[in-house]
Amino acid sequence: MLLVQFLLLSSVLFCIGIYGVLARKNGVMVLMSIELILNAVNINLVAFGTMTSNIAGEVFALFVIAIAAAEVGVGLAIVLLIFRNRRSVDLSSIDSMKG
Amino acid sequence: MVAQNVFFGIMALVMIFAALKVVSTKNVVHAALWLVVVLGGVAGQFLLLGAEFVGVTQVLVYIGAVVVLLLFGVMLTKASLGEEADLNMPNRALPAVIAALMFGVMTYALIDTFRDTELPRESVTNAAAVSDSIFADYIVPFEAVSVLLLAALIGAVVVARKE
Repeated sequence: MLLVQFLLLSSVLFCIGIYGVLARKNGVMVLMSIELILNAVNINLVAFGTMTSNIAGEVFALFVIAIAAAEVGVGLAIVLLIFRNRRSVDLSSIDSMKG
Repeated sequence: MVAQNVFFGIMALVMIFAALKVVSTKNVVHAALWLVVVLGGVAGQFLLLGAEFVGVTQVLVYIGAVVVLLLFGVMLTKASLGEEADLNMPNRALPAVIAALMFGVMTYALIDTFRDTELPRESVTNAAAVSDSIFADYIVPFEAVSVLLLAALIGAVVVARKE
């Protein structure tokens, strides 16, 4: 197996995630796109770890998984708070700090 | 080696299709379920790379916990579970151009740098080696992650709590 095939797959997932973050309006959908981005990073970490036969890649992929779980927990709490205050999770309507 | 490449290709195509569905479908619940396909595919790629412990953790944490959490978020913020018209920003061409540009630049750089790099054969790392490494070399980051998880837990409870 070539290393570059994993890197290309991960860059495809990353760019789809970027598109999702920018194009989606719903807060929960944006969180899902962020999960796509984090998974792309994990594929990269594990692929480079395998290439160099270094276990650090896998260990840091595990750390990224743990931090992603924390991130989605706090992110959903924030989305719930926005929903409770504004009755909607439409991100384009959250512009009260716009000058 | 051929069988692994065939397996990689099938999984990669399924994952890309599912990822496109995640960012394009009009139904929030369907997006979460397509996300399960992507996450399962990522776990398969980890197994293909010989990272068995990361693959199993991916299934446990992502498919078992994160997707359930996202579905809870959908349930608590949504009245309708059907299709919805108002999920996307009005201007979607610009994000598509940005993503395509980024993909172009990354593809060029990656192919230019790693065109012929082969992955080593027989590189399965077992869970014992990973745990040895976590509890010997990476004990400080590990403890930092555990404190971070506790902080995120308390923070989520405080943020989402009713007054």
